[in-house]
Amino acid sequence: MQTMLTPTSIEETRSPFVRWLLLTRWNLARALIITRREVTDMLRDWRILAPIFILTVVFPFIANWGAGRIVNYVEQFEAAIIGERLIPFLLLVVGFFPISFSLIIALESFAGEKERRSLEPLLDTPLTDLQLYIGKILASVVPPLAASALGITVYLVGVFISVDYRPPLILLVQVFSLTAMQAILMVAGAVVVSSQATSVRAANLLASFIIIPVAFLIQLEAFIMFLAAYSVLWWVLLGIVVITVVLLRMGVRSFNREELLGRDIDELDLYKGMRRLGAMIVAKRDDPAQRRSPWAWYRDEVLAQVPRLWMPALLTLVSMGISLVVGIQYAEQFPIPEEMVAVEDWEEQFPTLLGEAGLTGVGGVVRVVFQNARAILIGGGLGMFTLGIGMVLVAMLPFGIIGFVFAQVSTLGIDPSLLYAALIPHSIIEIPAILLASAAFIRLGASVIAPPPDKTIGQGWMVALADTIRLSVGLVLPLFIIAAVIEVFITPQIVLSQAAGL
Amino acid sequence: MIETNGLTKQFDDLLAVDSVTLQVEPGEVLALLGPNGAGKTTTVRMLTSILKPTAGSASVAGYDVVKHAQQVRAHVGILTEAHGLYLRQAGREYLDFYGALYGIEAGQRARRAERLTERFGLLEALDRRIGEYSKGMRQKLALVRALLHDPPVLLLDEPTSAMDPHSARQVRDAIKDLRGDGRCIILTTHNLNEAEELADRIAIIRKGTIVARGTPLELKARLLGPPLLEVRFGGEVNGLVENMADLVEIDSHGHNWVRYRTPEPSRTNPILIKQLAAEGVDVVTLSEVSQSLEEVYLRVVNEN
Repeated sequence: MQTMLTPTSIEETRSPFVRWLLLTRWNLARALIITRREVTDMLRDWRILAPIFILTVVFPFIANWGAGRIVNYVEQFEAAIIGERLIPFLLLVVGFFPISFSLIIALESFAGEKERRSLEPLLDTPLTDLQLYIGKILASVVPPLAASALGITVYLVGVFISVDYRPPLILLVQVFSLTAMQAILMVAGAVVVSSQATSVRAANLLASFIIIPVAFLIQLEAFIMFLAAYSVLWWVLLGIVVITVVLLRMGVRSFNREELLGRDIDELDLYKGMRRLGAMIVAKRDDPAQRRSPWAWYRDEVLAQVPRLWMPALLTLVSMGISLVVGIQYAEQFPIPEEMVAVEDWEEQFPTLLGEAGLTGVGGVVRVVFQNARAILIGGGLGMFTLGIGMVLVAMLPFGIIGFVFAQVSTLGIDPSLLYAALIPHSIIEIPAILLASAAFIRLGASVIAPPPDKTIGQGWMVALADTIRLSVGLVLPLFIIAAVIEVFITPQIVLSQAAGL
Repeated sequence: MIETNGLTKQFDDLLAVDSVTLQVEPGEVLALLGPNGAGKTTTVRMLTSILKPTAGSASVAGYDVVKHAQQVRAHVGILTEAHGLYLRQAGREYLDFYGALYGIEAGQRARRAERLTERFGLLEALDRRIGEYSKGMRQKLALVRALLHDPPVLLLDEPTSAMDPHSARQVRDAIKDLRGDGRCIILTTHNLNEAEELADRIAIIRKGTIVARGTPLELKARLLGPPLLEVRFGGEVNGLVENMADLVEIDSHGHNWVRYRTPEPSRTNPILIKQLAAEGVDVVTLSEVSQSLEEVYLRVVNEN
């Protein structure tokens, strides 16, 4: 009888660091068994080998030939700079093309195994989820990366011979790092996508969520390289590393046996889903002994969420502060000429302006509430697909504008107390409401990264969505209505009385 | 060796397994029978720590399926419905790969692979690509994979479904040997003859619940009534049935035969034979009429 547990020698090691090292080595050794099999299997499949060979050897040769021709051509017009920028750019392209295969290999490796039903015997072995995950990630990343390195080498040898180009070492490091991280990024994304699909076809469709952002990323890198702003590439690399870490975290969480085999068919039952969501929102307790009064329900299901949102709320608050500062700095850099700002007789014009903007009466209240709700929904919608980042950006935007306007007004010599009077009365209610709504949507967007331990990604997301809806309707919306009433009926009066007192 | 207590699994709105309590001892084969979607696979997946139970508990080879998932998997050999073979690999490579995953040392896994494949008549094909194997050969290879790490617990799903009669006999004999070695085996199958031949006990599961359990004989006695016996006479007998009815329950009769039921054949039959002899009737044969497990199964499944 063999046991595949952590070796006793590792468990008995006293030093935590040494134990961690030994455990890592052991995990890696176990993972490599999977990697070796998959790579060997891949090397027997001409459908994978042929394109990799073409992209590794043939394409760099074409790129090299093309680069040589273009460099010679543009030199006739004293535009050597185009050639100088083109060669490093093609270096990036030559490196990227073979790693684009990592996505296909990963989708095939995960969703393909599920579809062929060869995953279950593998899951029955004593491998840990992490070992299996690492093994499959390495199998998807290593061959395309090796092909990428080979392609880059072929290309560099070619351009060295044809136009005597020698890349700066730092550029090579950047290109290799970007290539490697992009490969891991795509594979990490593919694992998340594959764990939600039961067939290669479904996984390929979902892969658009990876392909489209990566395509934009490559365009951004190309733009940066043509500008020769190579130092910016480090920031791009940092961004990729952060997103990759998040996706790997999600992957480790979603790559578990229950999630992989618990899902037998890709079933979309909207009615059932909506019914389940409705039940989650209502959060009714079936046991009559546990039934609550409406106030107890509101306290437990709505108000109790507020303290739990402190972290995303703090993140939003800090982001708003940063945005405010950026707005102020922009105002200093780009001051509005005094003659462009008409400030005479504004007190007389103020009611008319409010009327023209539709900010009077009950209609004004509805308009303000609608505007706030729309902004939050747009941010929330973006946040759902960007792990909450979209919501943060939308929450930041108005504060950048406020900072910009405040700084401009000060520069023009207008008493800022008027602006305070125009903002503070309703903002006392509105800003906390925005903070709460933003925090809830950030939590919703980020819920897919780390769902609760007893829930799958989908279940965790549904719980977060139900919480968000409950909080938005139960607390944020009433706060928005109160803030809008103040903004329409009270704030203008305060502004006018403040102006009269000046 | 395998013990479950109120094992339950709920998938969203679907209660796949509902409070299953089982106990399988070493050297025992339990056949888990039930229609498709009854909860057999989900039960087995919980026993291999692939799915976490929603409620209840289970231990396999002394390890809790939730707390010691890795140990459970190290002690279980499983033959799944989908064999999960890599068709581009040779049989030897495949077994070597799984042997490595179970932590068997290289030399030992090669020896075990050869020994086990020889037993199932696969040795000759070991260096051929699995893609070239017949269905039965693939199933045998998957079975060899399940046995490679010498597990004390075996969970076998339809072990002979794709095999020719000769191969199926080989596998059934192997299962009997494994039981003889003291292994604990759960067999899920739709082949009721096979279940009856191999299983010490049978559990019938329907809609996630165990609806009947016991040895094949117990189940038959409970669900089909006392054993059915047939006595054949040397010639035509008239008026005999009425006399026999005082002693046994008559099921049916013809001009020279009678079928009857009795809850205690060992007590009743000698008395009956003596009575018949006293009446000068020639008894040619007295035998038990076989009642199939299929009748038991259909009755249980349909009744529930």
